[in-house]
Amino acid sequence: MDFLRPASWEEALAAKAEHPSAVPIAGGTDVMVEINFDHRRPEYLMDLNRIPELTDWEVGEESVRLGASVPYTRIMEHLRTELPGLALAAHTVASPQIRNRGGVGGNLGTASPAGDAHPALLAAGAEVEAVSVRGTRMIPIDDFYTGVKRNALAPDELIRAVHVSKADGPQQFAKVGTRNAMVIAVCAFGLALHPATRTVRTGIGSAAPTPVRARTAEEFLAAALEEGGFWDNGKVVTPSVAQEFARLCSAACNPIDDVRGTAGYRRHAIGVLARRTLTWTWESYRTAAGEGKAA
Amino acid sequence: MRVNLTVNGRPQEADDVWEGESLLYVLRERLGLPGSKNACEQGECGSCTVRLDGVPVCSCLVAAGQAEGREVVTVEGLADDEELAPIQQAFIDAGAVQCGFCTPGLLVAADEMLERNPSPSDADIREALSGNLCRCTGYEKIMDAVRLAAARRTEGV
Ligand SMILES: Cc1cc2nc3c(=O)[nH]c(=O)nc-3n(C[C@H](O)[C@H](O)[C@H](O)COP(=O)(O)OP(=O)(O)OC[C@H]3O[C@@H](n4cnc5c(N)ncnc54)[C@H](O)[C@@H]3O)c2cc1C
Ligand code: FES
Ligand code: FES
Repeated sequence: MDFLRPASWEEALAAKAEHPSAVPIAGGTDVMVEINFDHRRPEYLMDLNRIPELTDWEVGEESVRLGASVPYTRIMEHLRTELPGLALAAHTVASPQIRNRGGVGGNLGTASPAGDAHPALLAAGAEVEAVSVRGTRMIPIDDFYTGVKRNALAPDELIRAVHVSKADGPQQFAKVGTRNAMVIAVCAFGLALHPATRTVRTGIGSAAPTPVRARTAEEFLAAALEEGGFWDNGKVVTPSVAQEFARLCSAACNPIDDVRGTAGYRRHAIGVLARRTLTWTWESYRTAAGEGKAA
Repeated sequence: MRVNLTVNGRPQEADDVWEGESLLYVLRERLGLPGSKNACEQGECGSCTVRLDGVPVCSCLVAAGQAEGREVVTVEGLADDEELAPIQQAFIDAGAVQCGFCTPGLLVAADEMLERNPSPSDADIREALSGNLCRCTGYEKIMDAVRLAAARRTEGV
């Protein structure tokens, strides 16, 4: 094994071009487990910790450009307003020690269907900035997950950042597990209301071979909110609408049975989380809209 | 490969380090600092917790080469010469140590929390220690110990 220690982003790209099999290591919270247990013996291990820009973020007009290695702890502490869904998801990851090291770049690199960042990114809307010596391309998050633990990165590419749309409305993230800390999701659900475009977006974790959106459910809910004039009148969403939304979210799952739960349980739980997160986000939207009018 | 780092304020050099080796292994097996414990090697138990540039991390998940040039504090670095650190004394006084295997990780994590948050609520303590498992105490005495250390700190004892 060789340990590559690029001191700059350009050096890292050059090293990855020269050794496409090199395994980048950021927080190491996925990579080191595999090495410690002999599940992986990479020829080259490439440390990304020496590249300062990967731990920076920039808040722009439309989106936050989140460096690939910004630890979850920072996201929770500093980006709660701009990226509420991702901040909530970050807080559910593992433990303080893991959140101090792990970040979204590593979550995307591993692309586990159980990764907690994914439902939040799908719901908020995001693009992955993938870079190689050949240039930069922006991969829409919807095209990023290509299979179980597979992603759209080319062998010579590294993730520089993920551009996450800033929240234009309430967002929620909910996860089912056996306790609060140190839990890999049995299933997880992210929901973002987008009042600016009068749309909603969802993200489902651990209930299909990849993280997925429940597109039919999103379209149904957007249409029902529009038809009922809900965005303007700020009324409580009718139970039948919430129920149908939940049913369509369940239907978007394609889960498996495993040690953490059965397929049937996952499908059911996603429906429950969908209904709950809809209630929570819609309550915040109504309250904010009501206060806006009163003022 | 060779790794240079600062451990508990002292420059250290580890030789013949395997490229896939963890910081935990370097500390225990190459630098003679067995305080940090190895129980799971997968980030689940926190018994290997050390501070890396001030931040609590699982040293079993840090590649040795990533620690090059950086500052590490282990449980061995908490006490001042012969005198125990307040958090160590509080663990003893509260009876928070049974087999002791989890203790080094808990001490490092609790010490860092008290530095950031000198008067933590119970919820703060639970959250800060949620990455540290103990199979003996049932955690109540550990909670007592951290509360005691916080109280002594505020009283300035
Ligand atoms: C005890 C424990 C509990 C956990 N609990 C959770 C949990 O609750 N939720 C959850 O989502 N995850 C969890 N994880 C998994 C892990 O912490 C996350 O996936 C984390 O986001 C990984 O980030 P990292 O920086 O540590 O990645 P690393 O381990 O450094 O890398 C992960 C993968 O991404 C690649 N990679 C990293 N950076 C880049 C980059 N810039 N460009 C291209 N590829 C890159 C690496 O080559 C590797 O394949 C847990 C892990 C442990 C050990
Ligand atoms: S040995 Fe590192 S967390 Fe268990
Ligand atoms: S005292 Fe034995 S594991 Fe905690």
